[in-house]
Amino acid sequence: MVPTHYYLILSAILFGLGVIAFIFRRNIITIFMSIELMLNAVNLAFIAFSRALNKLDGQVFVLFVIVVAAAEAAVGLGIIIVIARNRQSLNVERVDLLKL
Amino acid sequence: MSDFLAQHAEILITLVKIAILLFVVLTVNAYLTWFERKLIAHIQSRWGPHRVGPHGLLQPLADGAKFLLKEDPTPAGVDKFVYYLAPLLALALALTSIAVIPFGPDPLHFKGHDIYLGIVDLNIGILALFAITALGVYGLALAGWSSNNKYSLFGGLRSSAQMISYELALTMSVVGVLLMAGKFSLRDIIDAQANSRGLFGWSGIFHWNILAGPFPQILGFLCFFVAAIAETNRAPFDLPEAEQELVGGFHTEYASFKFAMFFIAEYTSMITVSCLCSILFFGGWLSPFPASWTLTTYLPSVLLIPFGLWVIWDGLRYETIFGKLILPAVGAVIAALGAAFLLFPAVNAFIQGPFWLLSKIFTFLFVYVWMRGTLPRFRYDQLMSFGWKLLLPASLANVVLTAAALLWRGN
Amino acid sequence: MNAPLIIFFALAAMCVTGAISLILQRHPIHSALSLIVVMVALAGLYLLMGAEFVAAVQIIVYGGAIMVLFIFVIMLLNAGVEERTNLSKLAGFAGIPLGVALMGFLAAAVARSQDMVQAAAQSGAPAPTKALANLLFQDFVYPFELTSFLILIAILGAVVLAQRENA
Repeated sequence: MVPTHYYLILSAILFGLGVIAFIFRRNIITIFMSIELMLNAVNLAFIAFSRALNKLDGQVFVLFVIVVAAAEAAVGLGIIIVIARNRQSLNVERVDLLKL
Repeated sequence: MSDFLAQHAEILITLVKIAILLFVVLTVNAYLTWFERKLIAHIQSRWGPHRVGPHGLLQPLADGAKFLLKEDPTPAGVDKFVYYLAPLLALALALTSIAVIPFGPDPLHFKGHDIYLGIVDLNIGILALFAITALGVYGLALAGWSSNNKYSLFGGLRSSAQMISYELALTMSVVGVLLMAGKFSLRDIIDAQANSRGLFGWSGIFHWNILAGPFPQILGFLCFFVAAIAETNRAPFDLPEAEQELVGGFHTEYASFKFAMFFIAEYTSMITVSCLCSILFFGGWLSPFPASWTLTTYLPSVLLIPFGLWVIWDGLRYETIFGKLILPAVGAVIAALGAAFLLFPAVNAFIQGPFWLLSKIFTFLFVYVWMRGTLPRFRYDQLMSFGWKLLLPASLANVVLTAAALLWRGN
Repeated sequence: MNAPLIIFFALAAMCVTGAISLILQRHPIHSALSLIVVMVALAGLYLLMGAEFVAAVQIIVYGGAIMVLFIFVIMLLNAGVEERTNLSKLAGFAGIPLGVALMGFLAAAVARSQDMVQAAAQSGAPAPTKALANLLFQDFVYPFELTSFLILIAILGAVVLAQRENA
C-alpha cells in the first residue's frame, strides 16, 4: 500500500526538475520538452488525488490535460519550425530581437 | 524447496509460460521465413530453397548460422547509444505484444493450479496492444536517424510517418468490434462472439464478428487488415525498406545480427496482427461449424493423421540423414498426435480451441505472404493519401454505422 | 516492504533518473529519449494506482504520438549538440541550489500535509473504464466537445505554420 503523499512528493520533484530544465537549457526543443515534463508531473498529482478521494473526476481531467498537451505540442512545434527556418538556429538566446 | 515452489507457484508458472512462448514464437518466425520464400517462389514459378535439407527445411538454420557468424560492423559517425538501442527496442516491443494474446479457452489443470493458455489476460488487452504498436514507431525512426546515412534517414522518416498515419485507421477500425463486445479484454471479446446472436439466428460461422450481430464488421475487418499491413511495413506498403528505392531504407547500415533483430521484429508483428485478426473478427478459437455438428470435432485428427503419414512416406524417399531419419520421426509424431486426439475425447475437446485459432492465424499469414508475392508497391504519396483520405474516413464510417445499428437494435 | 512499495520506488527512480537525464544530456534526441522513459514510467505508476485506461492513453498519445512528433522535428531540423554558452556561470552557481530549494520546498509542503490526505483503502483496484466513459460523456460532455474544437484549431494552426512562404 503506497501512501498518497509519496506520489505527491514525486510529482513535486518532477515539477521542480521540469522548472530547472526550463531555465537552464538553451535549445528551444528541450525547453518545450521540459514543459511536457511539468504537465506530466501535474497529471501524476491528479491521478493520486483521484485515487485518494475515490472519484474518477481526476482521471477525466488527466485525459483533458493529455489532449491539450497534444494540441499545444502540435502548434508549438510548428512555431519552432518557423523560427528555426527564419533564424537558422535553435538557440533561444538568438531569439532576442523582435526583428530579424 | 517444494515449499518455495508452492508459495511462488504463480510466478514460476508464468515464467515457464514465457519461456515456452518465446521458444515457440521464435521457431515459428524462422519457419515463417522458409514458408514465405517457398510460397513467393512458387507464385513466381520457381523452386525456392530446396537444397538445404529436404524441401529446404534446414534453410532457417543456415540463415541463423549466417546471422550469428557474419561480421557485424558499426559504421563511423553513428550515435552509438541510439544505434544499438533501435533494433533492441523493435525486437523487445514486438515480442512483448504476444503476451496478451489468449490461445485457448480452457485451462490446463496441473496440481491444483489452473493454467490458462496465454501469459496474461489484461482488462485493457487490446489497448495494451495498441500502446505497444504505438511505441514500435521508435525502433524505425531511431534506426533511420542514428545511422548517419541519408538513405537511412529518409527511410526511417517515411516509415515512421507511414506507421503513424495508419495507426489511426487501425485503432478506429477496431472500435466497431469494441462496441459490439463492450470490453477491451481479448478473452471477453471472443466470449462475446460466442454469445452473440448470429446472423438470422444461425450459429457457427455466423457468430463471428465479421458476420454477426447488428452490423457485420466487414468494412472494419478490411480497414484493419490493410492498416495492419501498412503498420508492419509489409508489401504492398514496404516502400521504406524497398531495396530498389532506398538501398534498404532504415536498416541499410545494420549488418548481421542487428538486421536479424529487425527481421524477427517484423515477422513477429506479422504474427501478432494475424492473431488479432483472428481474435477480433473471425471468432478466435470458435469453430466455424455449429456446436451441434459433433463430427467436426474430429477434424484435427482427420487432417493430422494423413499429413503425418505423408511426411513419413516423403522422408523415406531422401538419402540424407535428415530425410531418412528425422522426417519420418516428425511424421510419426504428427500421426501419433492425430491418433491421440481420436482416442482421448478429453484431449480432443481441449485441443479444438487452439486448433481453430492456429488455423486462422496460419490462413492470415498465408494471405500476408500471398499479397507480398502478388501486389506491386505503393508510391509514397499514394500511400499517404490512401491512409488519410480513404482508410480513416472508412473506419470512422464503420464506427458510426455500428453504433447506429446497435442503437436501433436497442442494446 | 511489500510488492507495491517496491514497484513504486523502482518506477519513481526511473522517473527521476529520466528527468535528470533530460536536464543533463547535450543532444536533444537523448533528452527526448529520457522524456519517453519518464512517460513510460509514469504510465506504470498510473497502472499501480489502478488507472488502467489513463495509463494506456498516456502511452498511446503521449509516448506514441507527441514524443514521435518531437523526434520528427529534431530529426528534420537536424538539431545538433548544444553549444557552450559564455554567459551563465553566475546563474549556474546561484540557480541550481535555488532550483533544488524549490523542489525541496514543494516536497516538504506536501509531506507536512500528509495527515490531511487519506491513503485510499483499495489501492490496486482498477477503475472500470465504463464508469470513466459515463463520466466523460455525461457530466463532462461540454469540455469534451470543446477539446474536439481545440484539436481542429491545432491542426489548422500546424498546417498553416509549417507551410512554405510561397506554397
